[in-house]
Amino acid sequence: MSESSAAATPDGGLVLRGLGKTLGGRSIVDGLDLTVAKGELVCLLGPSGCGKTTTLRMVAGFVEPDHGEILIDGRPVTTLPPERRPTAMVFQNYALWPHMTVFGNVAFGLKLRKLSKKEVRDRVGAALELVGLSHHIDSRPAHISGGEQQRVALARALVLEPQVLLLDEPLSNLDAKLRVRVRDEIREIQQRIGITTVLVTHDQDEALSVADRIAVMNTGRIEQLDTPSGLYDEPRTRFVAGFVGTMNFLPGQADGANVRVGGATVPCDELSALADSTRVFGVRPENVVIGSEGAPARVVREVPRGHFREVILTIDGADTDTPVRSYIPVGTPPVSGEVRVRFARAHGYPDESAAAVEAPAPVTSGV
Amino acid sequence: MLGRLARRAGLAAFLTIFALFVVGPLVWLALRAFSGTWQYPHLLPDTWTLKWWTQVLDSADLGSSIRLSLVFAPVVTIVSAIICLPAAYAFARYEFPGRRFLLVALFATNAFPKIGLFLSMAGVFYSLRLMGTFLGVVIVQLLGTLVFMTWLPAAAFSSVPRSLEEAARDAGARPWRVFARVTFPLAAPGILVAMILSFLASFDEAQGTFLVGAPNYVTMPSTMYELVVNYPGQVAAVFSVLLAIPSVLLIALVRKHVMSGRLAEGFQLR
Repeated sequence: MSESSAAATPDGGLVLRGLGKTLGGRSIVDGLDLTVAKGELVCLLGPSGCGKTTTLRMVAGFVEPDHGEILIDGRPVTTLPPERRPTAMVFQNYALWPHMTVFGNVAFGLKLRKLSKKEVRDRVGAALELVGLSHHIDSRPAHISGGEQQRVALARALVLEPQVLLLDEPLSNLDAKLRVRVRDEIREIQQRIGITTVLVTHDQDEALSVADRIAVMNTGRIEQLDTPSGLYDEPRTRFVAGFVGTMNFLPGQADGANVRVGGATVPCDELSALADSTRVFGVRPENVVIGSEGAPARVVREVPRGHFREVILTIDGADTDTPVRSYIPVGTPPVSGEVRVRFARAHGYPDESAAAVEAPAPVTSGV
Repeated sequence: MLGRLARRAGLAAFLTIFALFVVGPLVWLALRAFSGTWQYPHLLPDTWTLKWWTQVLDSADLGSSIRLSLVFAPVVTIVSAIICLPAAYAFARYEFPGRRFLLVALFATNAFPKIGLFLSMAGVFYSLRLMGTFLGVVIVQLLGTLVFMTWLPAAAFSSVPRSLEEAARDAGARPWRVFARVTFPLAAPGILVAMILSFLASFDEAQGTFLVGAPNYVTMPSTMYELVVNYPGQVAAVFSVLLAIPSVLLIALVRKHVMSGRLAEGFQLR
């Protein structure tokens, strides 16, 4: 069994096959398949309760899957306890041991492996140097900052040279500025040592900026597994379109090169994922082009957002309550009153309840 | 400015009253243990003496009761820890049928006047031939320690975040090592408090010990009853001072190890 699996996925640093878990009568993870290549960083992205953390904990060995299997470098680990898996986890709250120093925390796993004192010291020193914390080697975790605690947790995981690194919302306890810096550091270290990594997050911004590929999860399944740009440019499902980036959803139908929304007809340069069942169109705000041609629309207001401006529009005759957002570069002349819009690109989805689901609040730096 | 003065005056008044009512009797007791004659209304004894101390320490009965107390208290504390700590861990970490019921039931031994419990226990002890035995005294003293020894360590164990244990598993530690290196050290301050309270509970237990142990095993608190009736007041004072020594020492220890540092640090970290 294991040999055939290994042969089938020669590049799989981590393979999850048909993974499922039911807790308290609720299916948390439901037949999940995922292959993470050696050295690749894959993000599990999804809203809370989508099963992403449970998936991660199954890989680490803290949750036993009801069915399915987990392979690391072709070796099945599904039934192994956490201490015998070649995985290392960075916990959301860092889970540093407060009664040990930074050195003690990082050295813990090495001492269990019965290494010589000198080797423990050398490897802890190297790991702390990697995360830039050599000067805090004798500090207690409570006496260093949140960002530093985070890096100790990372050093503690990396010092054991795991085959798979697991990061559970590693940035959620940091403030916004620090988050970006630590995020870049994690990515840089991950690429430098080339470790297979799974990162769990609910923050699309974080996922888009660090991942090689992103698995968007919803109700225990992967909705789409793609590169960050693939995910942003070609969201395959309505859920993905709404969860990643900002998206205008308009109920409508395709009409040649136009999108018909209620009584309005908006010209569209490119229509993707069109089918007979298409009832809803997703349009990125940067693809709502305000110009001299297209469907008549009215500017409701304009919001400066730093490096771009957000224009909120209603399209004449499109009897929908949701306004349309458009992003225009800073420096273009202000728009107001009557304008004309066309769509540079629109994605079709077979969903009728467009107005019922609102797109998540736009994240400025994600665009 | 005025508010601060008023607050200070209030605090001073509080401390004075506190000293008068709590420390005052203790000071009086300590002085009395060294007093020969002490006439009202003199603030200090008229004559000083150590004869009550030599009387207590030379008396074979009193000396043996001190020795017995110093044997029973540690034995009871250790037996109580052996019985209760695994239970405390189970209460903290596992969900099992009857968990809540058992937790509350532990209180039941403290909810009723002890003497009633002791009397009904005496019946059982007679038939088991435990009356007047060492084991019988240990069992009767254990009763008073069960609640501390289960509830406090259970709270200490459950305040150790699971993720700290999981992190240790993840780093390669087997479950028993996780307990030895992470769970136990982090719960240790709570366990220490429980052991000190158990020690004091056992050390101060009089009724049950007297009922079960007399006349073979008469500990310090049981002896107190006798002293109050048969000896001059000063001997009782000496004895009270002796009884207070372990409490004072242990509470100083708690202060040093529990109030300061490590425990508080541990809880800042989520």
